[in-house]
Amino acid sequence: MIPGANDLRFAGRSLLLLALLLLAVPPLRAQESPYIVTYDHYLEEPGSLEVEYYSTFGTQHGGNDFHAFWAEFEYGVKAWWTTELYLDGQTTFHDSSIFTGFRWENRFRLLEREHFVNPVLYIEYEQITEADKIIKEVEGHDVASDHAVPNAIANSTLDHEIEFKLLLSRQIKGWNVALNPLVTKNLAPSNPWEFGYAVGASRPLALKASVNRCSFCPENFVVGVEMYGGLGDARSPGLHQTSHYLAPVSAWNLPSGWTLRLSPGFGLNDNSHGFLLRWGVSREFSGFGEMVKGIFGGRR
Amino acid sequence: MKNVRVRLSLFAFPLLASAGLLAAWGTAAFGQQPGPGSEKRWHTTLRDAPVKVQTRANPMEGEPDAVAAGGKLFEEHCAECHGKKAEGTRRAPSLLRQEMQQATPGAIFWVLTNGVVRRGMPDWSKLPEPERWQIVTFLKSFKTERNSSGGGQ
Repeated sequence: MIPGANDLRFAGRSLLLLALLLLAVPPLRAQESPYIVTYDHYLEEPGSLEVEYYSTFGTQHGGNDFHAFWAEFEYGVKAWWTTELYLDGQTTFHDSSIFTGFRWENRFRLLEREHFVNPVLYIEYEQITEADKIIKEVEGHDVASDHAVPNAIANSTLDHEIEFKLLLSRQIKGWNVALNPLVTKNLAPSNPWEFGYAVGASRPLALKASVNRCSFCPENFVVGVEMYGGLGDARSPGLHQTSHYLAPVSAWNLPSGWTLRLSPGFGLNDNSHGFLLRWGVSREFSGFGEMVKGIFGGRR
Repeated sequence: MKNVRVRLSLFAFPLLASAGLLAAWGTAAFGQQPGPGSEKRWHTTLRDAPVKVQTRANPMEGEPDAVAAGGKLFEEHCAECHGKKAEGTRRAPSLLRQEMQQATPGAIFWVLTNGVVRRGMPDWSKLPEPERWQIVTFLKSFKTERNSSGGGQ
């Protein structure tokens, strides 16, 4: 059940095939949020594929620092439904580099029109080992010392988890404000439901577009801040033995369709990693769905 | 090991069934695809805009750069579906039609903000309000198509 060399070879070939397919579809200028952990209520445009890569460098008390990374493939099935696949891995310095599993995420818009607060339902299935360190969410009693376990030991335990989030978000005078309460269940029967949160606010540097296509126009830059952490579990809810982070976030949306993100994060208590440096690069490809339909004989 | 798998399947089946039901509900609720007559339905959406919104004035009207900036935004975010000249494609209707040009700036802004999710148009409220008004200004600058039945398919 643990991912091995064959899985890595299969993943490598799949990525190569996908890269070749993407050469055939045009990029689309994205208007992406700068959040790394928090979600706003905006979904992928239907038929578009967004390919993303993220890195997280983290400091580790009582162990080796690490570099965790993941690839994301986000596809707009409908205007109200986005589905997403994550492939996770990590390198722990002075230890090893490993593939730690995958996540399959779906987001469903619940209301047809914009409201005071806009809810989106998030459902995710994860099949990851305990060596996973991407820290895409913090839940329950997740603490930094969980990541001090050597890879050989942590990677031998595979977890199956489901995660539900309610993504609440709204726009106020150019600002986006988002709140994501979450619950997670490890599917092993003895594990309780775990709780967590993420909250964020962000704003473009300018609210009006410039006349010319430009890389350095202020409207291409979005900045903000996000905070996330655990809230205990069903057996012992609360803030004891939980970790929390505060992270300024920034995104640079380039006219060529690329988006770059950078976020230095800081642990807010002794249970947290002291410092997390995250960065990511993504590109959106429009008309991907139509192209795939065309390849398989559907109407384009 | 077998016990664990049985227990996992006890969770996995309801989860997959729930996701399937949710997708089916969404398809029924939102999932009408563009097709014959879809332009008419889409333009009906313009008339669905609340009266208060329809009468909103365009704050960008008269700004010298608004049409050009709106054109740039249209090319970046809208042309993929509506066509480079807003003439419409199989995916989305023409915006040159008479109904569109007769619509108030407020009604167009409202559709842009809310999208037409059940017909596949996402909401564009992620663009700041001034940028949405710039797009409205660009769209209102078109000359009305003589043949209002043309374009789009």
